[in-house]
Amino acid sequence: MEQGFSIDRRRLLAGTGALATSLAWSALCPAWARSGTAGLAAGPVLTGEEIALSIGEGRFTTGRRSARAVMVNGTLPAPLIRLKECRRVRLAVTNHLREQASIHWHGLLVPTQMDGVPGLSFPGIDPGETFTYEFPLIHSGTFWYHSHSGMQEGLGLYGPLIVDPAGQDPIACDREHVLVLSDWSPMAPEAQLRRLKIMGGYFNRQRQTLSGLLAGKDQSLGERLEWASMRMDPTDISDVTGMTYSFLVNGHGTPENWTGLFVPGERVRLRIINASAMTNFNFRIPGLPLKIVAADGNMVQPVETDELQIAIAETYDIIVEPAQDQAYGLIAEAIDRSGLVRATLAPRLEMVAPIPALRERPLLGMRDMGMDMSAMDMGTGGEIDLSKPANTSMDGHSMSMRDPSVAPGVTMGPGVATLSPMPVDRLAERPTGLESVDHRVLTYADLRSLEPNPDPRVPSRQIDVHLTANMERYMWSIDGETFSDGAQPIPLRLDERVRVNLINDTMMPHPIHLHGHFFELVCGEKGHRPRKHTVNVLPGGKVSFDLTADAEGDWAFHCHMMLHMHAGMMRVVTVRREGDAA
Amino acid sequence: MKRALFVLALISAPAAAQDAMDHSGHVMAGMDTAQETGSDSEEPCNAPPPPVPDDILADRYYDAARMKAARMHLAHMGHYTNAAILIDELEYRAVDGRDGYGWKAQAWYGNDHDRIAVTSEGEGAFSKAAEQVETSLLWRHAIDPWFNLEAGLRHDFRPDPERTYAVVGIQGLAPYWFELESQLFVSDQGDVHARLGASYDQRITQRLILEPEAEVNLAFQDVPELGVASGFERIELGARLRYEIMPGVGPYLGVHWERRLGGNADLARQEGESPSQVAAVLGLRAWF
Repeated sequence: MEQGFSIDRRRLLAGTGALATSLAWSALCPAWARSGTAGLAAGPVLTGEEIALSIGEGRFTTGRRSARAVMVNGTLPAPLIRLKECRRVRLAVTNHLREQASIHWHGLLVPTQMDGVPGLSFPGIDPGETFTYEFPLIHSGTFWYHSHSGMQEGLGLYGPLIVDPAGQDPIACDREHVLVLSDWSPMAPEAQLRRLKIMGGYFNRQRQTLSGLLAGKDQSLGERLEWASMRMDPTDISDVTGMTYSFLVNGHGTPENWTGLFVPGERVRLRIINASAMTNFNFRIPGLPLKIVAADGNMVQPVETDELQIAIAETYDIIVEPAQDQAYGLIAEAIDRSGLVRATLAPRLEMVAPIPALRERPLLGMRDMGMDMSAMDMGTGGEIDLSKPANTSMDGHSMSMRDPSVAPGVTMGPGVATLSPMPVDRLAERPTGLESVDHRVLTYADLRSLEPNPDPRVPSRQIDVHLTANMERYMWSIDGETFSDGAQPIPLRLDERVRVNLINDTMMPHPIHLHGHFFELVCGEKGHRPRKHTVNVLPGGKVSFDLTADAEGDWAFHCHMMLHMHAGMMRVVTVRREGDAA
Repeated sequence: MKRALFVLALISAPAAAQDAMDHSGHVMAGMDTAQETGSDSEEPCNAPPPPVPDDILADRYYDAARMKAARMHLAHMGHYTNAAILIDELEYRAVDGRDGYGWKAQAWYGNDHDRIAVTSEGEGAFSKAAEQVETSLLWRHAIDPWFNLEAGLRHDFRPDPERTYAVVGIQGLAPYWFELESQLFVSDQGDVHARLGASYDQRITQRLILEPEAEVNLAFQDVPELGVASGFERIELGARLRYEIMPGVGPYLGVHWERRLGGNADLARQEGESPSQVAAVLGLRAWF
């Protein structure tokens, strides 16, 4: 497993000093991510008030796949940065690439000019330039950082960032491990996007087939015809799949088997970050219940589950208490079941957890089209007759899949293939593919903030945001407009309390991220709602969140599926003092 | 009260952009009302949005020229131009006594809405000059999520004499995943023709795909110099079984059947040719 780490030496050495040009496998990983690590306390991490990061090119290999990667300080994932609340930090980032670079501190509340989005919060970091980010740390939790330039994030520029509380950490544990989940392909993201623009289903190797029909698999002939009549593919779960992706835990694929150690009986905290470009994961540890203690860096009232879907850009802190002297598998499975990665939690290094079989690929259903089954007049046996004319009105609801009257704010055009006729709030529902697994599954509605929500005001207004797409042409937009269509920013007043309704008019989940703020998901009783920076909006569903616009500036608001964002599924949210803006 | 505020918000919304300060008063009124009444309702009020600011806050901190350049770059997020070459069919046609070839290909350049395409198709026998060689230059414009309008020129190098046609058409993906193309041609001599084509990818396994295809050509008048009689000119039916080594790329085996109809069949017989022809085909589909 010899790793070539070929980089432009002159460029890299100029910035970082001595750095070996050929390193063994684990040296490519930062110490905390190295296999066999005893935990965070044992490995050196970047801490303190002055931190230097160097972005450069490298080569990354997992299994039999190897290609160019973008790394920080020569590693993938990038180094763990561990900071302390109530301190200030200066992060000097040097760009050794031939193109512009940037780093965005995902989930961290920082001033707008330090947020790291080129063209919005700063000019970007030019080749050869060092840019110093400097900000106070005003809260604590598990976060991460990644590039916001080009598609560098898909090439490896992401890493974990922990802010420890100023006082004692209320989440007590004997040991902790960071798990950075990611997807990595030898095919550059630009090449992936090009293929998808030419063939929307390029990476889907799990479609319904005639042989499947004859074998009685998947949908019945009748259902297939109904879906085909709408030009909808129920197997379109993920755009980029295991066909090209290797899935990684801390930069290790299944063959490299990242292993974290524990002593039986210990209380182990796992800080899980989904740093993928395009993969939502189902995460489970067969044989261990997972106690969720924080989501997106914010503590929640502990809730136990057996499996959770961790959408792109989300983070979860989990406590596990492995009692047996055995190896436990840390299983992150792509939600389309096109692949998984197994890492190991074990008392000793030589122990290896088994690799579970991939479960059956899920199929999308009517709810994923934005059709609320419960509100519909069910036919006999609960079956829905789609052969009725598309515009049949049911209780005044249109059943058309593209009726502009359900979304007056959407600019209709070739980029909007469908509009959810009856989107339902799916926060209390199990996410895609986990509807019928025979163990507990976390839903957003299970999450209750530990701290009371800070702002009890009723929102002064609400804003509908439609997530729109045409999967066949691979067009992704918000309200029918791509960012490059010249979409207007969403203006907010400083300290205004607003409700944002995200309506998913597509059949794919979208992890929507707002920079610079936490928002409260509108689910369950008021007062202790989960505070998040990213929320996964299930297909055909809707999510409402309440937001206090307390950070003046210009903030990116986008789908965190990297290719969706690059296809234009992005907006700017502006926050200004009333009367400040001309 | 709420209703009144709602009406007020509706009236004031269009004016809000010009007069933000004035309406901020109403916003606060809306928020206060909800709190003062102690309503359990979480229903948000109907305050108007503030105006969209015309500045970027970070401009206060960084060099204006660099910020402007970065902003221009960011503004392209979602703009995508692409080019591709698609070889739909490139095949050997084994016909009783007279083996030949056929092709159908296109290259395009453009974005999600507008593309320029060069297409080419033709066929012939190895023993003599090509029977049919068509090329066209088309502008394709997306008119809805599924279909494109086509307009441009077609030039036939074969048959002899050469002809140039103006083309308009509709092309795209119909319900049930049928690829459709319908085109109307008007030649430089004034003769009018039409063509309708349809194909479908039947996935037998993840990699094995059967693609049936049909094409009908119509002439709206006799064109003696091209050997065309008014009415149905020609029907082509094909079925190609492809094994995809990569998505959209793979060798295929199949059959191709062509039938000249009506007056055209008579013309074929007069020329001593059979109006009907069946070929076994072996070919490659690919794209770059």
